Amino acid sequence: MPPVPPRRRRVYLFAYGFLAPIIALFAFLRIFPIIYTVFLAFFNWSLVGTDHTFVGLDNFTNLLGDPNFQTAFLNTTIIAIGTTVLSIGLAFFVAAVVAYGGGKIGGLIEILFFLPVVTPLVPATLGWRSLLDYQHGLLNAIFGLFGIPNQAWTTDPTLAIVSIIAISVWAQVGYNMIILLVGMRSIPRLYMEAAAVDGASTWRQFRHITFPLMVPILLFVTVITTIQAYNVFTQVFVLASDVQGAPGYLVRVLVYDIFQNGFRYFNFGYAAAEAVYLFLVVIVLMLIQFRLFNRPTD
Amino acid sequence: MGQLRRGRAIRLLIQIALLAVGLVMVFPLFWLISTSLRPAPELLESPPALLPQHWTLDNYASAFAAAPFGSWLINSVIFATVSTFFILITSSVAGYILAKFRFPGNNFIFILILATAIVPFEIYVLPVFLEVQALSLINTMPGLILPYVILSYGIFFMRQNVMASVPDELLDASRMDGLSETGIMVRLVPRLLAPAISALAIFAYLQSWTAFIWPLLVLNDPNLFPVQLGLAQFNSSVSVNYAVLSAGAVVAMAPTVIAFLVLRRRIIEGVTLTGFK
Repeated sequence: MPPVPPRRRRVYLFAYGFLAPIIALFAFLRIFPIIYTVFLAFFNWSLVGTDHTFVGLDNFTNLLGDPNFQTAFLNTTIIAIGTTVLSIGLAFFVAAVVAYGGGKIGGLIEILFFLPVVTPLVPATLGWRSLLDYQHGLLNAIFGLFGIPNQAWTTDPTLAIVSIIAISVWAQVGYNMIILLVGMRSIPRLYMEAAAVDGASTWRQFRHITFPLMVPILLFVTVITTIQAYNVFTQVFVLASDVQGAPGYLVRVLVYDIFQNGFRYFNFGYAAAEAVYLFLVVIVLMLIQFRLFNRPTD
Repeated sequence: MGQLRRGRAIRLLIQIALLAVGLVMVFPLFWLISTSLRPAPELLESPPALLPQHWTLDNYASAFAAAPFGSWLINSVIFATVSTFFILITSSVAGYILAKFRFPGNNFIFILILATAIVPFEIYVLPVFLEVQALSLINTMPGLILPYVILSYGIFFMRQNVMASVPDELLDASRMDGLSETGIMVRLVPRLLAPAISALAIFAYLQSWTAFIWPLLVLNDPNLFPVQLGLAQFNSSVSVNYAVLSAGAVVAMAPTVIAFLVLRRRIIEGVTLTGFK
């Protein structure tokens, strides 16, 4: 190995010296916990007791037969798919309209759609809950005008999932719209004009120019939205947590189930195995995006 | 000519429809504000009116009297300010060094940071809890803040910005002038990065202001609650009606909503440039 020249050694010293504390924090707060989650999943690990027994894959196999986990996984998947499809569909539609016919109100639309993104979820969900209230909510009042009977938006297990999807879409769509809008605006006008000269209708321009060019960005927002939607928690916690209902009990979702196993039953190993399943979902989604991104577009 | 007029009419219709959907988007927020300003008896009206018939601020007084919203807000400010301070320092220093210095491990560190940026906090929160417990920081302000002192995405963001707006020639010239490496990093670089630093500051502040899950897990003393957690607890207490609850909700959301309305251009630009959320 050649000796390191003094000037270079000074640079190394500077770089490593300032980087070291940050990397240490990073390792302590991100890398180690991620690895340790996987490690914990192979143990019977009590939060309060001293029981730390290696149990192999038991936690993983037991989870598969656990009705709570099954319910949580199914509910979370439904919420994630619903949120992703609806928020991206709506965002794409609005972005296209703003990009091609928004005129002067485009900026206002951006602001109105983005406000929910920066609103904290706890107060936002409270606002939704009062709109969705069975007796005095505005939504049931509006439905009543059309002769539709009051619906239990927050207490019926199926309707509560619908409500949670609605809140999640509401909170996400503005972000997706802004990202898609950037993509649409970056498509050179020249392409459209050339197509228009050749006699292509607006729809055909959109179908054959805009849409194909938007695929990578659509993929990006799809993966981001799905990952976030799989971690749904706050909406569920707040929506069902009034005087009658135990928080989050109505619609069981994965993160809620993880916390219940970990912090109520003190079963950290079991909860960690559940987190690993959630992690697998995230990894699969990332791999899908990676594979599709690296495919040359035709 | 007729076709042109028809095109214009369609465009107007589209814009009206867009505006209607946009108003639906802000309606839950409007509804919170409107509910928070009406006296309790008006809550029972069916159908509810869009605006209060008798405007009142009593609900805000009731909210502040029934729960320590004042200290919750202060806790949130401390939490968000300290977290933002640390995230700015760690992100800028790491971003600058990773962008401008060649040394063994540089790429590896960068890829590691990038790869973990997308892993949601909920997945690895259990070991973080064990660590904070081992440090005896459960139910303390430092324990609340600790996981929020670094931001993987912030490091990535600052590295990109350093590459884009800190020229090597300027660094070399400053070295010729006898400035130390530390001097360059502390005095010169931040001046070139002002827009990026302010964008990151906004997002870091927003992140901790809206944080809910970690405060819920790590705190059980209501005096330490940030306002989101306090509001959630307020929500599950028995004697609160929707008007008082809405007043509390408005208090908890007002800072971010106002900040957004003031800084909207910068925030939307920040999102569009970085994909950051």
